[in-house]
Amino acid sequence: MMARAMARIDRRFAELSAQNKAALVTFVTAGDPSFDVSLEIVKGLPKAGADLIELGMPFSDPMADGPSIQASSQRALKAGASMIKTLDLVTSFRKQDQETPIVCMGYYNPIYVYGVENFLADALAAGIDGLIIVDLPPEEDDELCLPALAAGLNFVRLATPTTDDQRLPAVLNNASGFVYYVSITGITGTQEADAQAIAPEIARIKHHTDLPVCVGFGIKTADHAAAVARISDGVVVGSAIVDQIAQNLDDEGRPKPNVAPAVFRFVQHLATGVLRGRSKAAE
Amino acid sequence: MTDLNTFTQGPDEHGHFGLYGGRFVAETLMPLILELDKNYQAAKTDPAFAAELDDYLKHYVGRPSPLYLAERLTEHLGGAKIYLKRDELNHTGAHKINNCIGQILLAKRMGKTRIIAETGAGQHGVATATVAARFDFPCVIYMGEVDIERQKPNVFRMKLLGAQVRPVTSGTRTLKDAMNEALRDWVTNVADTFYIIGTVAGPHPYPAMVRDFQSVIGRETNQQMLDREGRLPDTLIACIGGGSNAIGLFYPFLNHDSVILVGVEAAGKGLDTDQHAASLARGSAGVLHGNRTYLLQDEDGQIADAHSISAGLDYPGIGPEHAWLKDSGRVEYVAATDDEALEAFQLCCRLEGIIPALEPSHALAEVIKRAPHLPKDHIIVMNMCGRGDKDIFTVADVLGVTL
Repeated sequence: MMARAMARIDRRFAELSAQNKAALVTFVTAGDPSFDVSLEIVKGLPKAGADLIELGMPFSDPMADGPSIQASSQRALKAGASMIKTLDLVTSFRKQDQETPIVCMGYYNPIYVYGVENFLADALAAGIDGLIIVDLPPEEDDELCLPALAAGLNFVRLATPTTDDQRLPAVLNNASGFVYYVSITGITGTQEADAQAIAPEIARIKHHTDLPVCVGFGIKTADHAAAVARISDGVVVGSAIVDQIAQNLDDEGRPKPNVAPAVFRFVQHLATGVLRGRSKAAE
Repeated sequence: MTDLNTFTQGPDEHGHFGLYGGRFVAETLMPLILELDKNYQAAKTDPAFAAELDDYLKHYVGRPSPLYLAERLTEHLGGAKIYLKRDELNHTGAHKINNCIGQILLAKRMGKTRIIAETGAGQHGVATATVAARFDFPCVIYMGEVDIERQKPNVFRMKLLGAQVRPVTSGTRTLKDAMNEALRDWVTNVADTFYIIGTVAGPHPYPAMVRDFQSVIGRETNQQMLDREGRLPDTLIACIGGGSNAIGLFYPFLNHDSVILVGVEAAGKGLDTDQHAASLARGSAGVLHGNRTYLLQDEDGQIADAHSISAGLDYPGIGPEHAWLKDSGRVEYVAATDDEALEAFQLCCRLEGIIPALEPSHALAEVIKRAPHLPKDHIIVMNMCGRGDKDIFTVADVLGVTL
């Protein structure tokens, strides 16, 4: 089990790299807008073009997130989401898909309250491959990063425009799976990242690590995904996808029947952008 | 932190008070927090910084604040001798300015050009807007929509002082959400912005730094008590929201074992209801807003709503040093309900001619419970950390009076 969890992400990036493809990493919040519809969405993401799934673990106080993902987290909690249900969702997904990596993103408190040891055991059993925990910088590695690595889960590190060369080695030490470059200073989904400005930053990170570098925060359209796919190993899209969910709820916040198809259409569109980015690069 | 013979050595270099504290922030903020720590450590040992701070505290804030013997209250309760530390007489009407002067001088020293802050009752917002005006910084204050409604006078004061007050509509629309929004602003405006946190919470070095700036309360109390009574007080009592006025009073006395220290949380409608703000009495360890501490939360680690009649105590967490002092047993933590605070509020108005803020009215409720059972030579010092002008509308409303 352990070896498989560590391997799934590495294998996926190796496959993509062999085909000269960048990864499309799609973010949705577990349980948004309801458990059943969320499961339907997650199950359909690989077919729609997602190479990796970033699954948000809902939290009441998502301090690094913008309005779209805050609302997504609130919808999930209102619909009864919890850590146990997030794990259940992954377990159900794994029954049909053994290949697509799932990286869980969130904040430390729900994991801390669940109990780190129990969480890691249950996350592995469910089929989670890695963790992205926003409020655990390398200074707090003893809390979860080191236990996660020891248990066989990837710990995906966030590098940001404020992570200078002096600090970068500390951030990359203990990183695994891939590096998530936060392309703006700010919260998710608010500003548009400039691909021109990102390129030298990716080169700077790659100077320090052999891990794939994916870019996220502020990528909203297929064109933008194409531009970022050209210069990185992967493109993370979150707010723009959960906005598709928000736009397909009725007046009382209940999901309309076309929620999942709307998400899939948008993801297919993003996937063509990601492909196009590399085909142009090859020209 | 293993040396339990002293309670004043914390935090360690990583910002830990035992299990609590730390630096649980997004990577984007981490370099800023390290830079702040470095600059604060340097300022702390710079005599020029201390001299400038002291000068502003004396001539601008109006320190030292009086230590006042509340004779009628003492007589009415018929037991312990009660002193009030009059921090409500500070410029801007509460203890919050002590910390804001310190942080704005640090912001200036670091070359920052923009100030942000969160506020609950509005006292910290007013104090921040005040120093921003005085030192010519643009200033944005985040305040929950619910708090804006119940603290209208302070909202107008902040605007008069030139600050922009941004209503926070996310979550419970109170102090915790204002803090989330301020953190979101900071992570967006990393280059020029200094975040003045108003209480002894947040990532290291904030809990230690805010405590140090507020400790002027306890240092003065110590000296004034020696001057007046020739000895240390027996009991210190202060209200606790995040805990900055309490730690400010307690800190210089932590290693004086004979001094009983009592922190009073807001019990809201009662500790056994789900409407209170007593994170120490009814919370559990968790991680929020950059530090590990006691939090009001559910079994899934989702942060619960706090409730208190006092906006300044309406926070589901508590400073990490208080969490550590609770576990170590050095400080006794109790709670007072909305009703008890309201009764204390009215008693203080009538007996002492002092309109207290609703926050220290909670501390006063504990004084009322405790003093009658203590001998007449037992000295209690209560921190009157804010004045009640801002609260008269809330109180009128609860008492059914139309203004």
